[in-house]
Amino acid sequence: MSDAVKFIQGNVVCAEAAVYAGVRMFAGYPITPSTEIAEHMSVRLPRVGGKFLQMEDEISSLCAVIGASLTGHKTMTATSGPGFSLMQEALGYAVMTEIPCVIVNVMRGGPSTGLPTHVGQGDVMQARYGAHGDHAIIAVTASNHADIFRMTVEAFNFAETYRTPVILLLDEVIGHLREKIRIPEPGEIPLVGRLRTAVAHGVDYHPYLPREDGRLPMSDFGDVHRYNVTGLYHDMWGFPTEKPEVVYGLIRHLVDKIDHNSEKMTRFRKYHTKDAETLFISYGAAARSALHLVENRRKRGERIGLLELNTLWPFPADIVRETSRNVNFVLVVEMNMGQITREVKLAVENPRKVYLANRVDGELITPTDIQNIVRLIQGRGV
Amino acid sequence: MEKCRFLFSGSGGQGVITSAILLAEAAARYEGLNAVQSQSYGAAARGGAARSDVIIWDQPIYFPKVLQPNILICLTQEAFDTYQTTIRPGGYLVTDADLVKKPAFVDAQRVELPFHQSVMEQIGKPVVLNICLLGTLVELTGLVRIESVKELIRERFDPSFHDINLQALDLGAQLLKAHKK
Repeated sequence: MSDAVKFIQGNVVCAEAAVYAGVRMFAGYPITPSTEIAEHMSVRLPRVGGKFLQMEDEISSLCAVIGASLTGHKTMTATSGPGFSLMQEALGYAVMTEIPCVIVNVMRGGPSTGLPTHVGQGDVMQARYGAHGDHAIIAVTASNHADIFRMTVEAFNFAETYRTPVILLLDEVIGHLREKIRIPEPGEIPLVGRLRTAVAHGVDYHPYLPREDGRLPMSDFGDVHRYNVTGLYHDMWGFPTEKPEVVYGLIRHLVDKIDHNSEKMTRFRKYHTKDAETLFISYGAAARSALHLVENRRKRGERIGLLELNTLWPFPADIVRETSRNVNFVLVVEMNMGQITREVKLAVENPRKVYLANRVDGELITPTDIQNIVRLIQGRGV
Repeated sequence: MEKCRFLFSGSGGQGVITSAILLAEAAARYEGLNAVQSQSYGAAARGGAARSDVIIWDQPIYFPKVLQPNILICLTQEAFDTYQTTIRPGGYLVTDADLVKKPAFVDAQRVELPFHQSVMEQIGKPVVLNICLLGTLVELTGLVRIESVKELIRERFDPSFHDINLQALDLGAQLLKAHKK
C-alpha cells in the first residue's frame, strides 16, 4: 500500500491541498460542517512552519487572513453559511483592495443557522453577490476528492493570478464524505506564487499600478515599501480619491480582470455529452447523484449526459450554451431553489427547455428523485 | 463483484461510525476496492441516533448514500425500528441480542449475536463493542482480510488499546463462526 493513498474526509483533502498550494496561515472560527478543515490546519500548519489562529468570530477570521496575505503569505479561512454571512464585509474589502486569499464555504441548509449537519447548496448567489457594490468574483466547487484537491489548488492559483479573494464552495456531503485519494506529488499540479514587485528599496512603489498584462505586483506589507491600503476608491498610490475618472478606472479594472479572463478560469467535466438528448448540468454533491443516474441509464442505451461545473463564477455561459445546443432539454440538478438554473436559462438559446431538479430538505438529492423529474418532463409520469 | 451497501445504526458513543470507517478504509487502502463512507448525525455528540453509510465496490461509486442496505447493522432498538424495513430482500440483518429485542418482519437473514454480553464477559470493556462487531462483519462479508483491519487498528489507535482491540476483533469473528454452526 502506498502512503500517498489516503481514505479521508473531503474537508481534510481541502486542508491538505491548501498546504500543497503553499498556505502558511489559516485563521478561522469552527462551524459545522467545515470544522475539520480548521482542525486539520491546526495540526498541519505548525509542522510546515505556518501559523494557525482561532479567532473570536468569522469577521475577525477573514480580516486576519487578509492582513496576513498582505504581508506576503498564502492564506485561507473556512466556514459555513452563518459565518460566510459575517464575512461579506471583509470579502468586499479584499475585492476592493485586491488582496488574494481563499474562503472555503462548506454549505449547509440555510437561511440563518438552518440545518447545521445537513447538506444544502443555497449560497451560490451569496458567493456571487453577497458583498455589496458592483464587483466580479471567482467561485469554484467540486464533487469528489481528486477534484477537491485540484480545485483548492486552482483557487489559490486564481487568487494570486488575479489578486482577488476566491471562494471555494463545498457542501456537507462532500466535506464529510470519506473516499480514496492519492495525494499528488510536489510539482504535479503547477502553483502560482506571489507576484512581487521588482521596485527596489528607496524607489517609489505604486501598489495599484497594473502592469501591461493587467497584473499588479505586490510588496510585502511591513517590508521595504510604505504604502496605503483602503476600501475607499483609491489611486495608484493607494490613497482615497473621488475623481470620477479614477473611480471609473478602478471599478472597470476590478470587473474586467475577471470577466475578460473567464475562459481561463472555466473548469468543468463532461460525461457522455456528445450524443446526449437529455443533458444534466450539476455541481458539488448533487453532481454525484446526476452522474450515478447517467451511468446507469447509459447502460440501457439512453442518450443522457452530464456537464459538471467546477467553476461557478464567472459563470461558464459559453460551455453551457455549446453543450446544450443539440439536446431536447436541460435539467439543472442542484440543492437550492434554482440559483444556477437561472444562469443556465440566461446562457442557453432556448430557456424554455431548461428545468430544475432540486431537493431542499437537508437530504442529498437521489438518482431516483432526478429520474422521476426526467419522466415528468418527458410526459411519462413518475 | 456485487455492490455492497452497509448501513450502520446505533446510538452516539457506541462507536458504530468508527467501525464503518475502519471497514471502508481497509477495503479502500488494503484491498484495492473503492469505498465511500458518510454519516448523518444530529447536533448532539453522545446519545441520539448515529448512522453511517458505507458502500464497497470494485467500480466507481458516485451516489454515496445507502437507501437500501444489503447489510444492516442495528445496535439499538430505536435504530432497528427505524431502519429494519429498508433492508434489501435476502440481505443480512446484524443485531445485538441484548440491545435489540423485537423480532424482524422482513425478508432478511438475521444475524443476532451477543456482542455486548460476550465483550463484557470476555474482555470487560464496553468500548471495544464496535471492534467486536467489525470482526463479525469481516468474517461475514469476506470483503477485507482480517490482517488488513489489524494493521489499520495498529495505525489508528493508541498502543495501550491494541491487545484488547485484537481480542475483540477475534471475538467477533468467533461469534459468527459459532452462529453458523
